[in-house]
Amino acid sequence: MPARSGAVSARRVPPISTSDAPSDSTGHPDEAAGPASAEATGRRRFLTYLLAAPTLTVAARLGLDAAAPATAQAAVRAAAAAQDASAPPQPLGLPGIPDVLDLGDAMILAGLPTSHLLVLEITPAGRAALHLPRLEVGQGLTTAIAMLVAEELDAELTDVDVPLSDGRPELLFNQLTGGSNSVRSLYDPVRAAAAAARARLVTAAANRWNVPADTLRTADSAVLAPDGRRLGYGELAADAAAVALPAVPGTPKPADQRRLVGKPTGRIDARDIVTGRAEYAGDLRIPGAVPTVVARPTTINGTLKSLDASAARAMPGVLAVVQIPSGVAVLAETFDQALKARDALRTTWNPGPVADLSTADIQARLRAAHAPFLLPPLLTQYLDAEFDFAFVNHAPMEVLTAVADVRPGRAELWFAAQSPIIAQQTIAAELGLPQHAVTVHVVRGGGSFGRRLFFDAALEAAQISKAAGRPVKLMWTRNDDMRHGRMRPASHHRIRATYGLGQVLNWEHRAATVRTDLGHGLGEALTGAGFNLSLAGLSLAQAFFLLTEKNPYNVGIPTQLLAELPLAVHTGSWRSVYSGTVRVADEITMDELARRMGQDELDFRRARLRDVAGKALLDTVATAGDWGRAMPPGQAQGIGYHDENGGRVAYLVELDASDRANPRVTKAVIAADVGQVINPRGLEAQLTGALIDGISVILQAGNHIDNGAVREGSYADFHYARQRNTPPVVEIHLMPPSGAPGGAGELGVPAASAAVANAYARATGTSPRSFPINF
Amino acid sequence: MPIHTFILNGRPVTVDAPDDMPLLWVLRDKLGVTGPKYGCGVGVCRACTSHLDGQEFQPCTRSVKDCEGRTVTTIEGLADGDTLHPVQEAWIDCDVAQCGFCQPGQIMTAVALLRRTPDPTDADIDQIQNICRCGSYPRIREAIKRAAAARQAR
Repeated sequence: MPARSGAVSARRVPPISTSDAPSDSTGHPDEAAGPASAEATGRRRFLTYLLAAPTLTVAARLGLDAAAPATAQAAVRAAAAAQDASAPPQPLGLPGIPDVLDLGDAMILAGLPTSHLLVLEITPAGRAALHLPRLEVGQGLTTAIAMLVAEELDAELTDVDVPLSDGRPELLFNQLTGGSNSVRSLYDPVRAAAAAARARLVTAAANRWNVPADTLRTADSAVLAPDGRRLGYGELAADAAAVALPAVPGTPKPADQRRLVGKPTGRIDARDIVTGRAEYAGDLRIPGAVPTVVARPTTINGTLKSLDASAARAMPGVLAVVQIPSGVAVLAETFDQALKARDALRTTWNPGPVADLSTADIQARLRAAHAPFLLPPLLTQYLDAEFDFAFVNHAPMEVLTAVADVRPGRAELWFAAQSPIIAQQTIAAELGLPQHAVTVHVVRGGGSFGRRLFFDAALEAAQISKAAGRPVKLMWTRNDDMRHGRMRPASHHRIRATYGLGQVLNWEHRAATVRTDLGHGLGEALTGAGFNLSLAGLSLAQAFFLLTEKNPYNVGIPTQLLAELPLAVHTGSWRSVYSGTVRVADEITMDELARRMGQDELDFRRARLRDVAGKALLDTVATAGDWGRAMPPGQAQGIGYHDENGGRVAYLVELDASDRANPRVTKAVIAADVGQVINPRGLEAQLTGALIDGISVILQAGNHIDNGAVREGSYADFHYARQRNTPPVVEIHLMPPSGAPGGAGELGVPAASAAVANAYARATGTSPRSFPINF
Repeated sequence: MPIHTFILNGRPVTVDAPDDMPLLWVLRDKLGVTGPKYGCGVGVCRACTSHLDGQEFQPCTRSVKDCEGRTVTTIEGLADGDTLHPVQEAWIDCDVAQCGFCQPGQIMTAVALLRRTPDPTDADIDQIQNICRCGSYPRIREAIKRAAAARQAR
């Protein structure tokens, strides 16, 4: 067992308890880590099979068409025969791949071989530090993890620290923050580590007192003897480090003995935040790191044509001007001086590769990228719908910031990194250093929404520090991030729903998106999880698409195809990734189809939803939100549903569109079931944030491209919601905990977006087709 | 460079800076006061919001010369030692913050609002321009009302 002097470092000790372990969706670390395990091998074989499933699905679809119209008629007759007047059962329905295995499962599989490398440390001062190989960006992860540690250790929550680990290359794929996967992947190992540490502390106390360990109990960061004696964990830390074999089981508590997990708990860093003490990369005082900004091209991916820096170099406070591949860096004593000198650079730029393209051109190319629909069978009706979604910048509050100190033979970086290992590898290669010579310190981030999967600023900071020969603190301005940052790719969707006699017979969804850059380690992780993408004939994006996208309803035979448009613009996963558009388009079409078929939108979903727990959510929002209540003209309710990553959620919103230029969501009722909830307050914050995202991207926030340049430059024209755009009333219902924890960070965005769009459609009697609506 | 003197969080400070340097960079780069955050530099995100003579202002668009001889309060100067301001307490009670980056500005805006309008309506709160990209707005609204109620209860 690894041990640090004066402290106990408990690493994951198999076997862990299975008494409250998740039944199947999260998998079992030890089983999967051991190739001898029949379940693990079977599961891996199953994955390979599932990855081939899209082909099978398409074949099934073709088979139906080939037999049409007879087959379609037979299906309709079968459906009619089985029809229940109130809730007609769907005769045909296929589970989507994510019903069986989703992206989070794949990421957990990739991380399993290293999940035992999680480090929990008890210090002589009695503090428990769980070194977290993930990034905190406001999702509340450090609080949730601290709660799990405090629970299993019987420590006070205030005695637990959750420092963010530096990049640790030995973790391979297990230091990627994304896919709503952190709680899902860390729930078992963190509890196991803390329970193992507790067992050692108890054993150390038993040895000290020379009493049987099983007579001792733990509470409030101490071991307690029946006679009232007490030893704090700090007093036992050194002894516990020497315990080779704990005398009591190191297994996590059964659910009914928990005192903290599941209880609404405030953030552990709340006081630091409200006093201004919380530090982000730009607040760090790294010796010698000077303020630095970069002059960038006039179009996306443009290149420098000419530079005259003489005036800029002569300005007060300017320390250096250096050229890097993406632009011209200015180093100065203050950011104000760096910005003014940047303005004084005389530069000309060559146009970037998309300088001849604007929003309408890209939309046209997306439309042309689709595979054609198959012909609908005769004797059935169909509904076609098409949707455009604009580019959307991530726009985290904290602009990209990175501190770099590059010296001969080594480099050190500080920034908010979702993928520090890939960053370390890439930066090392860029600097011509071995990977171990580059240290990546992970710093809390001021929001991310997917943005910090990429380390653009850190790479630039390393280049600049090397070129200038001094440490730098690089900051992208808001304008830099809007014009040259990353965006949710623009997409176009074509949906054809075929129906007859009260049944949906099939559902085709063609999504065409500007290519999403997934080059932040996910491909390596999927390969590590046993996916042979090239063998399956899939691109990484297609694999991602298939692992995340499904239609949750029994709507005959669904097919979902992704066509990617390669375009030299900066894209990236944006909170909920493909679901943020694919599922929204589906949910809007569900509403339209329900109305076409003369059914209530909520009942229509309820009758077709595969997930039983999801039906309860629809019932909850319908009751709590008084679904169907009379509304004044120009106002309406709208609903949206989504399940993904082991969680499910329904949103019911009320929207006032009497002023169409300024529609406002006036109320939201949310119901969620994400399995075991660690911190209900944290979950509520995620669901609320997703609502605000939905309001923003559906009604008002997006990015235009004008001749290869992003039009918007700040929050003045990128209209992310402000207080006046948000509902005064938000009501959240969380279902009782059940099973393993699901992922919740991204879950709400598709359902909230859909609810807003559907409410707008019902309030205005229109069929919105292009988002954001006011753009 | 010109010398500027003003009161910062209760103490007089003297700083050597060009007249037109925005106070934000004087605070952050020269004085090491990093509570006010850069989010846009043009006064629209309001992450840097602080107080000038007790009134809300955005240091990113106000020159240091403009602050000469005046009283500047940043988030660091809001609490009375270890005793938090009631608005900070309300922020903790309502667990408002997520990433936290905008919250110093949100809190300073709320304090200024409550000075002007001790019992703000929803319409008053709707006037707040500060961006919160995590979407903590409903909890900000709740915390402002809680702070207002607490003040009236005293």
